[in-house]
Amino acid sequence: MTLLIGSLQLGFLYSIMVLGIYISFRILNIPDLTTEGSFTFGLAASSILTAAGHPLLGLVGALAAGALAGSVTGFLQTKLDIHPVLAGILTMSGLYSINLFVMGGASNVTLLNNDTIFTLCLKAFPFMSKDVAKLIVAVAAVVIVTVLLTIFFKTSLGLSIRATGDNADMVRASSINVDAVKMVALSISNACIAFCGGLIAQYQSFADINSGVGILVVGLASVIIGEAFFGHRSLMIGFISAIVGSIVYRYIIALATKSDMFPAYMLKLISAIIVTIALAVPAIKVKMANDRLKKNGMRESKGGR
Amino acid sequence: MLEVINASKTFAKGTPNEHKALDHLNLSLKQGEFVTILGSNGAGKSTLFNAICGNFLLDEGSVILDGKNISYLPEHQRSASIGRLFQDPMKGTAPNLTIEENLALAYSKNTKGLFRFAITKKDREMFREALKRFDMGLEDRMATKIGLLSGGQRQVVTLLMSTIVTPKLLLLDEHTAALDPATAEKVMAITNDIVHERNLTTLMITHNMGQALTTGSRTIMLDSGAIIFDIKEEERKHMTVSDLLDMYSEKKKEEFDNDRILLS
Repeated sequence: MTLLIGSLQLGFLYSIMVLGIYISFRILNIPDLTTEGSFTFGLAASSILTAAGHPLLGLVGALAAGALAGSVTGFLQTKLDIHPVLAGILTMSGLYSINLFVMGGASNVTLLNNDTIFTLCLKAFPFMSKDVAKLIVAVAAVVIVTVLLTIFFKTSLGLSIRATGDNADMVRASSINVDAVKMVALSISNACIAFCGGLIAQYQSFADINSGVGILVVGLASVIIGEAFFGHRSLMIGFISAIVGSIVYRYIIALATKSDMFPAYMLKLISAIIVTIALAVPAIKVKMANDRLKKNGMRESKGGR
Repeated sequence: MLEVINASKTFAKGTPNEHKALDHLNLSLKQGEFVTILGSNGAGKSTLFNAICGNFLLDEGSVILDGKNISYLPEHQRSASIGRLFQDPMKGTAPNLTIEENLALAYSKNTKGLFRFAITKKDREMFREALKRFDMGLEDRMATKIGLLSGGQRQVVTLLMSTIVTPKLLLLDEHTAALDPATAEKVMAITNDIVHERNLTTLMITHNMGQALTTGSRTIMLDSGAIIFDIKEEERKHMTVSDLLDMYSEKKKEEFDNDRILLS
């Protein structure tokens, strides 16, 4: 039971990060490696501000931290013309030091003696069990983020972001500053990711400098699992598929660890393999179709002789 | 309306691949003038368009649009008053966005405010009316992704996009060349309608000499980055394709003779 509800909580919480990755990877069409840094940046900012002030302040801080990280990557990509993948790696590496600085040089921070958004919710509704309270906070956060994103992507700016991922030349021809659009999109994407980090820090009452390692692959795997259920359709469906993907991913992980199929440290490898297979499917399909054509063609030409 | 003054651009300067794409080119267009541009590959036609649109900055010279010097404006700011169509129908539209979303994006030139809803009911009505007149059934497919349309349909949508907010200048870069003859004719007819109705100042690149002479009000020919002739009014009325070819070979021979004098 704990595992069931725990996975659901994690699935919802991490889905905010998955939404961020969906924005950069699917909408803007840029693989953004800032993720690992910005997730931890949000985690660090949230834990320090929660300890020093208020959990809500921590979440706002996490959002701001992510937006800042994203705009740095955006600046590197657009104004300095650095390759998108490299720009993300540069920001991510730089953030490692920044994160340690934010956490006061310690590699982990504990919030066990502080209120978090989750304990506040439990205090406000004392009749609920701890798990239900956590789930409610998680679901509420996801709903708020999804609704805001859906509305945002219906505005002119949101439409410009979608078009930029599709055909940047056409956006430029519509008198829109593509560089600015990319920076905004990466800020929003990383704000989501860092916000997720901020929630996770408060959820586990603990922040660790290495929490972000492998998070990008987790996000990509979730996006891809979601698309396996829903396919590529409208934006709203895309967001929902990202959330479902995140939850399903958590259950796969829970199932795998529970059944002792493999030790917990294998998780990252498994995630990487899931993503690799999913990304390889189109190429493999083409190869198989071509092989079939070739085989049939050879047989026919032999038969004709 | 448009003035290109003494425009020069050399690519890969100082390398063995040095290429003088524009060579002190001068061009002046009056409001509402429709000019067709001829010229062989590499004559500098598209480079001229790129210079006007700001894909690069000129080495020398300036571009004045409607009395305003736009020579140093970034591309996206110039495109607020310039509409441009390419030969490739894929270039002007975002394939994964619907027809109405593409139109809304182009229409956003007109409406300031980034956080305004991209498509209002009123906009949708206006797009529907605008599409209806093309008589291609596009008005009933506004929620279809552009990628599913044919090349001709995409080019018509692009044409509508680049004129939905009346541009000061319309640049057509062989925009019917990739279409089948019947569709090309239809797109050209729609183009003519829009240009005349809105009295748009237009430049059109074409490789079809007959079309160049019959469309618009003036024809220029480019060679090696400069205008070698500029035919208008009476002279143009009586000009045939073979006259044009004669003029071209005459001009080329002249140059050749000059070279011979230089080399001898």
